[in-house]
Amino acid sequence: MTTVATVTEGTDSPYALSHLDALESEAVHIFREVAGEFERPVILFSGGKDSIVMLHLALKAFAPAGVPFSLLHVDTGHNFPEVIEYRDRVVAEHGLRLHVASVQEYIDAGTLRERPDGTRNPLQTVPLTEKIQREKFDAVFGGGRRDEEKARAKERVFSLRDEFSQWDPRRQRPELWQLYNGRHAPGEHVRVFPLSNWTELDVWQYIAREEIDLPQIYFAHERDVFKRSGMWLTAGDWGGPKEDEETEKRLVRYRTVGDMSCTGAVDSDATTLDAVIAEIAASRLTERGATRADDKMSEAAMEDRKREGYF
Amino acid sequence: MSNSTTEPVQPLSTEQLSATTLLRFATAGSVDDGKSTLVGRLLHDSKSVLTDQLEAVERVSASRGAEAPDLALLTDGLRAEREQGITIDVAYRYFATARRRFILADTPGHVQYTRNMVTGASTADLAVVLVDARNGVIEQTRRHAAVAALLRVPHVVLAVNKMDLVSYEESVFARIAEEFTAYASELGVPEITAIPISALAGDNVVEPSSNMDWYGGPTVLEHLETVPVSHDLTSCHARLPVQYVIRPQTAEHPDYRGYAGQIAAGTFRVGESVTVLPSGRTSKVAGIDLLGTAVDVAWTPQSITLLLEDDIDISRGDLIVPSGDVPKATQDIEATVCHVADTALAVGQRVLLKHTTRTVKAIVKEIPSRLTLDDLSQHPEPGQLVANDIGRVLVRTAEPLALDAYADSRRTGSFLLIDPADGTTLAAGMVGAAFAAPTDAPAEAEAPADEAGWDF
Repeated sequence: MTTVATVTEGTDSPYALSHLDALESEAVHIFREVAGEFERPVILFSGGKDSIVMLHLALKAFAPAGVPFSLLHVDTGHNFPEVIEYRDRVVAEHGLRLHVASVQEYIDAGTLRERPDGTRNPLQTVPLTEKIQREKFDAVFGGGRRDEEKARAKERVFSLRDEFSQWDPRRQRPELWQLYNGRHAPGEHVRVFPLSNWTELDVWQYIAREEIDLPQIYFAHERDVFKRSGMWLTAGDWGGPKEDEETEKRLVRYRTVGDMSCTGAVDSDATTLDAVIAEIAASRLTERGATRADDKMSEAAMEDRKREGYF
Repeated sequence: MSNSTTEPVQPLSTEQLSATTLLRFATAGSVDDGKSTLVGRLLHDSKSVLTDQLEAVERVSASRGAEAPDLALLTDGLRAEREQGITIDVAYRYFATARRRFILADTPGHVQYTRNMVTGASTADLAVVLVDARNGVIEQTRRHAAVAALLRVPHVVLAVNKMDLVSYEESVFARIAEEFTAYASELGVPEITAIPISALAGDNVVEPSSNMDWYGGPTVLEHLETVPVSHDLTSCHARLPVQYVIRPQTAEHPDYRGYAGQIAAGTFRVGESVTVLPSGRTSKVAGIDLLGTAVDVAWTPQSITLLLEDDIDISRGDLIVPSGDVPKATQDIEATVCHVADTALAVGQRVLLKHTTRTVKAIVKEIPSRLTLDDLSQHPEPGQLVANDIGRVLVRTAEPLALDAYADSRRTGSFLLIDPADGTTLAAGMVGAAFAAPTDAPAEAEAPADEAGWDF
């Protein structure tokens, strides 16, 4: 009973950090730990909001020096053109190095086969893991958040992957205090999730606070879409609509950005960050429940994909 | 779940959202104490369980023939957990109210996985220990209290659950609260709040209970929203472990040399005299860069970049401290450890010790005792520690380290022991002369049930 510090009431203390400041500081700490302990880290960059926030945090963590990591994009071949344009613009603006692992190249070479349902998300695993092995990346930053999905809720900030990039949830290292253990054998790597403790709302609030530029598909716009499996998909060369599916023009936006074949748009008139935040705060659906087909495949879809090396 | 609380809460304004602070807390309870129901209700009533998640739970519950949705399915994320119906691993949950954001470390109650409670408690400002009102304080409750004390979690909530099954009797609650408070205070838990609840019926979780008029305290959520998190930094030793040296070497910043790190404790000010460990060189703080903004003062847990007046040799693993408050460096560390690996930790074993941003070689010189949490007695010279054991160790490091007592600083008083062969995290260490409990361990306290009982 002798070590109790005097406590300052509630949130009035001048030393209390807002929750966004606390999350930001924690994420920056994680980036710097990786920079200090690994040889060849890389940031997975999809052009989606989570990876955009990751990059923004990395830029702040090392300023006024540049980000000491390169970027890696797993290109499914069915990406939104607006997102690819955004990706290339950001890479040029910050003088970054971009690696691309292309699902289309694997399909063209015959080493991956298109799935009957046309979904390319699960096909990303092989190009991703082979790229990691080939480039000898030893730390791979992902924008995964524990609030996204219940298998992700079990994920460590530093998550060891074996030489086959596999995740074994039963053999995870306990993670205590802020002492991250990044030790790994040659061939193994560590997936690092600096946004582990962020929620979708935190990400949007942070984007608003920091005035971070986003691809326009995150804001309401008119788009040609058609309905498949209860979701509004973008019509396009990737394989939709089929004969029995009808295209219509709707006012929509995206909550997540992934492969066009499995990422649905939501009806929305939110054209500003404030409107998006208000919409999410009131939404009764999770972002994945609303717009991701691949997570609905089975109760353990995410866990199974993560075991194989998916991010 | 009662119907009164299923309405969506009002969306918060942007100002409300950004003014909130963060509370990290952990839950602990034995199997079947109703922890999943409590967690489920906190998530549910704070709108953190959304329609599609609830539908998924309802669908799976129905397919298994259950009558009501099994809220444990919300939190058991792994295939093996659902198959066995138990929580194996700590999971992190997020929810928010208008007053606060919460990060909940949902830790398993199963005896085999108590090391995960250590994991959850290591970053927690508060721990909720659940007991079943019908059973009262049991062995596992004492272990949970001891772990919270050991990890120096500042606030402990005793949630006496299933009050509906004891007719909401005040005397039942009072007896349990008294027994627990006496035990936990003896362990050194600084603040204990006991709350009678029914997680199933919703009494005193979010809404005050009309069934327990005799209780005048806060509900669980109200307490979580208002419990003060200590921000009194004036009495803390200021510590900045150097993580990374930032040197742009560009035309714009040819001479910039900044020491990046997250302030582990206390405050740093521009103009302050500082000493760098282990070299002992001194300088003055020339500037503090708070992620791109120059500031005059910064404090824990801010991530900053420190600029010094003199160009001295500093690298990752060094510790910057105020010159008037320099910790003593030592190669002989006395600590309490919780063993977290499946392989044992033995006397004579060579390990790596990670303290803040520094990792050094070390050897386990002695394991003087192993703690029996049931009665807080010490089992002398156990020779080794196995998974979930808590024990005293003496470790000799290859290089001097500047450590604080864990009692003074959870961040600079903690360390990991790592297996150099395969990188496994072996043990979590807390620096200090003695376990939190001020009890005199009886010499004859070698519990008869020790061999069989020490398997949590």
